[in-house]
Amino acid sequence: MAIWCARLSVDRWQQSLGPDADGDAREGANAAADAAPTVLINETAYGPRVEAANDAGLEAGARAGMMLADMRTLCPQIQTAPADPAGDLAFLEKLALWAQRWGPWSALDPPDGLLVDITAAAHLFGGEASLLRDVEAAFARRRLRVRSAIAPTAGAAWALAHFGPPHAILGPRDDAMRALGGLPVAALRLDPDVLTVLRRLGLKRLSDIANVAGNADGQSKVAARDALHRRFRNRRSPSANPLIRLDQLLGQVPEPLLPIIAQRIPMVQRRLMEPIRHRSLLDQVLADLTEDMARELEGKGQGARRLELGLWRVDGEVVVRRLELAAATRDPQHMTGLFTEKLDHIEAGFGIEIIRLRSSWTEPLSMAQRDVEQAAERHGTSLAACVDRLSVRLGPQAVRRPVTRASHLPERAQNWRAPLAPDNASQTPGGLIERPLKILDNPERISVLYASPDGHPQRFRWRGNVHEVARVEGPERIAPEWWRARSTVRLRDYYRIEDKQGRRYWIYRHGLSGDGRGGMPDWFLQGLSA
Amino acid sequence: MSQIKPPSSAKARDAVSIDSPAEGGGAASRLSSIKINDLSKVRETRWRPGLADQPRHTEIFASANDASGAGLALALASDALRMCFINKPPLNETEDRRQILWIQDKRAVQRGGRPYIHGLPAELRDRLIYAEAGTPEDALFALEEGLKCRDLACVIGEIAGNPRALDFTASRRLSLTAEKHGVALWLVRLEAEADLSSARMRWRVKSAPSSAPLWNQEAPGAPQWRAELFRARSHVPGQWTLSNDNQRLSICQHPRPANTDTAGPPDIGHLVRPTVGRSLAAVARA
Repeated sequence: MAIWCARLSVDRWQQSLGPDADGDAREGANAAADAAPTVLINETAYGPRVEAANDAGLEAGARAGMMLADMRTLCPQIQTAPADPAGDLAFLEKLALWAQRWGPWSALDPPDGLLVDITAAAHLFGGEASLLRDVEAAFARRRLRVRSAIAPTAGAAWALAHFGPPHAILGPRDDAMRALGGLPVAALRLDPDVLTVLRRLGLKRLSDIANVAGNADGQSKVAARDALHRRFRNRRSPSANPLIRLDQLLGQVPEPLLPIIAQRIPMVQRRLMEPIRHRSLLDQVLADLTEDMARELEGKGQGARRLELGLWRVDGEVVVRRLELAAATRDPQHMTGLFTEKLDHIEAGFGIEIIRLRSSWTEPLSMAQRDVEQAAERHGTSLAACVDRLSVRLGPQAVRRPVTRASHLPERAQNWRAPLAPDNASQTPGGLIERPLKILDNPERISVLYASPDGHPQRFRWRGNVHEVARVEGPERIAPEWWRARSTVRLRDYYRIEDKQGRRYWIYRHGLSGDGRGGMPDWFLQGLSA
Repeated sequence: MSQIKPPSSAKARDAVSIDSPAEGGGAASRLSSIKINDLSKVRETRWRPGLADQPRHTEIFASANDASGAGLALALASDALRMCFINKPPLNETEDRRQILWIQDKRAVQRGGRPYIHGLPAELRDRLIYAEAGTPEDALFALEEGLKCRDLACVIGEIAGNPRALDFTASRRLSLTAEKHGVALWLVRLEAEADLSSARMRWRVKSAPSSAPLWNQEAPGAPQWRAELFRARSHVPGQWTLSNDNQRLSICQHPRPANTDTAGPPDIGHLVRPTVGRSLAAVARA
């Protein structure tokens, strides 16, 4: 864990103040409303219960969890406002996304907190202290009162943010227990009943639990920890077991967090220059929209399960048609066909000017082969797709691109690469030497009648045919690459020849007659010229 | 370059006389007389290098013992590419950088060898994608896939013999795909009989003695081929000696006869490099 270097977490403590400030803003954000003692209430089976209170309310004695009736006896002029836990949670989700400005990912800490992973991101803000200042300022601009802290583990950061000093920073090398030991056991994120048990046991601070867990010498330390372990032996949930929470806080046990990730709902729309009033035009626009939607979904690798078609009329009316699909799809014809049946009784009025298609529920949908085939039939394929298809059918080594290689040996001078690999800047030989258009994989031996001992042949036999040499150019001597080949490899004398019928070849004599690397040299035919 | 030469062989003339009534008779039931006139006018034009309207599917029959088939296919392909590049609207790229797909089946590789990068025309050298297919069926699949890919400049195929898979249906498939996607196919048939095919142009090619090179009279020069166009949709069949000097396909007016030695002083040719970069003027002259 220490290597993992998880210096993380800026916590936002918004307990009771966030919703309250929000509520004030909704009421007009004037000081008078804030000055009046106000409580946010929640309807429960036992009557309205106070969820939260503003500063004046707290001063008046309101506490979370009180019945509203009790509060009214304490402070008859108390104002009430309904609490909105769902709205708070939605706001918190947005806030968590917004908080990703400080780190690559963030997680919700449900009622009122956020955890942001700022591993290796603090230096972008000029260090951890200025990062905390930035966080405070940013939340202050949003009129949210927050407390934030940085620590190597999520648990430690949470504890510091909730119960520690303001702007607390726990470095990775600090002794976590010394810094956190004075915090109350509530800093362990435990359930209320566990807190009650711990209070009754007399364990009030983290250091108490830590001392029970690890007192003096090894023997009693193990025994004490064992006792606490036995006390909570059937509590498996971390929030019910103080030992697990303590280990998480110290980074001895991993604590998985669920990061929050922004999802964009695929949406396409058309703003029409002329409001449409006729069904045929609407069908056309719908077909275009489903094509767009199919492309959008394809880009995300998703298929639509639920679709909403909104029609904005000129006179301000909005007509919405919803569609739910049995399986994820992005077939435009399918979507169009299904919507067409739902558009039968739409009143166009003075015309429809905006049409919008959203897919509020999507599921992953992989590419379908059939569609690809059809697209290939209609529009042709791209080069990459063509190469893919060829190499799937013919084998990965069959589709290649010839490139030059710096070598004098003809068969080595050509190398093969992947077809779409980038060019390497290679030196191409000048146009002075002529090379055949095609070369054989293995040079084929020809039987030759000599004209002179070291000259070119007059007549040779290849593949059963006799070729009379009419014109010849050569020899071009290509020595073996001594730095690669063995010393017995013979040199080659290449001749470009043309026979009486005009067939052009590239032949070579393998070796010289007196070079001491074999007997009489053989002749080979290696290339075929155009 | 574009002078018209009368049909040289009696065989070609016969082919015209046999060919045209059969086609005219078949089409008369559907085509009006004006259309037939137009069609025959088009058909009257003799093939020559540098025609703007090149067919999408061409077959070239050649021997596997020389590279004349591949050479002519490359020459025809680069000629067609050059022409379609010149005729395109001016708002396109200054250079054609599309890839060329060359597909061979295994027997063609064994008999005729693989393309060699140092022997390719310079403008195609780094634009070649080569695919080797094990069987003729795979080669046909690869050809069709290549024709479907509009990012390719053209597809060159080499198939040896007359495999069962390459029947009229297969060649018709290739023709339709090529015409649908506008990618030209040059199919070299090595050691093959000219059986049924829907290729728009069918050539039979043999090597011809090469032209005399500038400096060394004894050396083989720029390649020349004896090419016979024995079947074409829009042209009269004919026979030409084609040469590919300076990577430009042209009809050779005075083919050098075989078995004769050159006499007289050597033609020194251009002592100065020919001027380049006057493509518009060249087009106007052509």
